[in-house]
Amino acid sequence: MIERLRQILVKEFIHLFRDKHARFSLIVPPLLQMLIFGYAATYEVNRVSTAVLDFDHSPESREFLERFSASSRFQVRYILQNESQITSLLDHRRVVLVLQIQPGFAELLRKGRTAPVQAVLDGTDSNTALIAAGYINQIATRFAQDYQLQLADRLRPALMTFAPRIELQERPWYNANLEGRWFFVPGVIGTVLLVTVITLTAFAVVREREIGTLEQLMVTPISPAELIVGKTLPFLLVGLATVIITAIAGTLWFQVPFRGNVFVLLLGTTLFLSSALGVGLLISTICWTQQQSFSLAFFYVTPAIMLSGFGYPIASMPHALQLITYLDPLRFYLVVLRGTFIKGVGLGVLWPQMLAMTLLGSGALTLATLRFHKTLD
Amino acid sequence: MTRSNGNSVEVENLVKRFGDFTAVDRISFQTRTGEVFGFLGPNGSGKSTTIRILCGLLRPTSGRAIVAGYDVVQSPELIRRNIGYMSQKFSLYADLTVFENLRFYAGMYGVPAAELRGRIDWALEMAGLRGRESNLTGTLAGGWKQRLALGCAVLHRPPIVFLDEPTSGVDPLSRRLFWELIQRMSGDGVTIFVTTHYMDEAEYCNRLALMNGGKLIALGTPTELKLGSIQGWLLLLECDRLGEAIERLRRFDGVRDVAVFGNALHLVVSDAAAAPAIRAALEADAISVTSLQPIRPSLEDAFVALTTGRGANCPSELPS
Ligand SMILES: Nc1ncnc2c1ncn2[C@@H]1O[C@H](COP(=O)(O)OP(=O)(O)OP(=O)(O)O)[C@@H](O)[C@H]1O
Ligand SMILES: [Mg+2]
Repeated sequence: MIERLRQILVKEFIHLFRDKHARFSLIVPPLLQMLIFGYAATYEVNRVSTAVLDFDHSPESREFLERFSASSRFQVRYILQNESQITSLLDHRRVVLVLQIQPGFAELLRKGRTAPVQAVLDGTDSNTALIAAGYINQIATRFAQDYQLQLADRLRPALMTFAPRIELQERPWYNANLEGRWFFVPGVIGTVLLVTVITLTAFAVVREREIGTLEQLMVTPISPAELIVGKTLPFLLVGLATVIITAIAGTLWFQVPFRGNVFVLLLGTTLFLSSALGVGLLISTICWTQQQSFSLAFFYVTPAIMLSGFGYPIASMPHALQLITYLDPLRFYLVVLRGTFIKGVGLGVLWPQMLAMTLLGSGALTLATLRFHKTLD
Repeated sequence: MTRSNGNSVEVENLVKRFGDFTAVDRISFQTRTGEVFGFLGPNGSGKSTTIRILCGLLRPTSGRAIVAGYDVVQSPELIRRNIGYMSQKFSLYADLTVFENLRFYAGMYGVPAAELRGRIDWALEMAGLRGRESNLTGTLAGGWKQRLALGCAVLHRPPIVFLDEPTSGVDPLSRRLFWELIQRMSGDGVTIFVTTHYMDEAEYCNRLALMNGGKLIALGTPTELKLGSIQGWLLLLECDRLGEAIERLRRFDGVRDVAVFGNALHLVVSDAAAAPAIRAALEADAISVTSLQPIRPSLEDAFVALTTGRGANCPSELPS
């Protein structure tokens, strides 16, 4: 029993590490993904390419536009003369935002009336547009406030002592500078792990089915349990190593803090991996070729990432979809990852996620074991 | 246990259906301990399916099969300890060395530690791979791979070995070496159950079973099959203009069958005395006959006659 298990483990590790290409594909893609996501995946919007069209040519309109030039959020790249230029700039994606000030802007302000400013945004990337609109609003509000105060100061200096203002003091806990990376880097560890482990496991079994060695294995006295443990344990270890390597890379390279307990993270990882391994095995029981298993793995992984809260908040999803996310082990693992990295919380807080992953993991593994017969029909 | 009757495999009315397709159709036979039992038949005739049932890889739809004294449905695990199996697409782990492959299968079959070294040495010797223990299996030539595969399949010294087209795709010399191994194992009392497409290999078998369309259509020694399958006489005809000759012969009364063999024809006739008349008829059509003589039917003749049903009434089991 132990001997059989030992032999199958030895064999699996030879498959994993003898080939230079295999060794490479275990280490490099996860690190690469971590780097790419670390740099690319962020919600912050900076240097929005902007064009301005000022028909008013007043000191007020100039000051208003200067506030945009001064902000790092926007980069004024074009000063336009007429409206006909707008469409072409937006079509060719030269700019995302066009600010247009109508004649009479200053006039209206001076009279204490509402002065319109038109902001034309390229809504193709709705997320960027939405965030940019927020910044525009901030800048415009600030400008209006300052202008009102100046006006009051000139007209009735005495009033100034009463001018009421509200100042919002933002104190984001855990991530004081609201670094997008702090949110994404731990998340990437989860998605990379899911993809790596599911494909490795599904391939490991399907490859043997394809080349015919699985049939050969089935006529030996090996038990299904031995076969399953032998086929999953190596990938559990590979998964744990991947987490350690990517976590070290994330903290060193991107300066993402690790505030929690390593053992809590490793426990959560093990529980998460049991689900991933179970799903990988299940896929392998259904597929006869590596091609099939690849498409099926893809079919699982994409929604699993979408519904995990990796990029899109679960709270904003429709209710029915939210219910489905409870079946997604990545959903829980991301909480564990972000909890241990950023918040530094322990089992006292994360136990519900741990429990959920235990249930999903044992469910997936049980189902896989039941389907994993030692017969061909 | 119930091997007292000297049979290592007993099959009775075995049926296997895939959906409404019947791959194995009520076959019955026995193999005797220590014999080389050949399984012949055209593609898709159900040979592999039968072997897989006997190895416990497929469940029979109905019927009974006893292997090494155990029922295939009730105790497949016990059967697995007593058989060796080389599947039709047998493949070793290409990225493991020769030794690692042997070591792996020894582990799977639970070869005791004390005997491990000896068995692996024996398999290396048998496959002619001594000194190449640390070569990657993927780099070996076909014949060596085949023998190594056999070595892996019989490391645990099973009394019964199932080989599904073990020699397909290897060169003639390797095939001969392989068959020498089979004969040697059989000499040691191991029952060998082997499928093949090669007629010369079939001649090496003690007994042959011929499958066609899922049915067992003939069973006997090679000689019995050859004699029993052809009713009448077999003539070898060498002539020119083969196409026209066939046309003419098909119309000739007393010629029951014509088949092309290389650049000659094999004729099945009711009476050997018809030969001069046949020669005359061909020459009347300006076909020049080089030779026309009676020959002993080969196994291939028997095979063709039986699977096409043109050899007329052939007994499904011949007296031995
Ligand atoms: N799992 C399966 N599902 C459906 N049909 C199958 C299955 N396995 C085999 N068959 C069909 O059963 C028939 C017999 O197949 P089998 O492999 O036993 O033939 P064979 O005699 O070994 O042929 P070959 O000489 O080509 O190896 C074939 O028509 C095959 O397509
Ligand atoms: Mg076959």
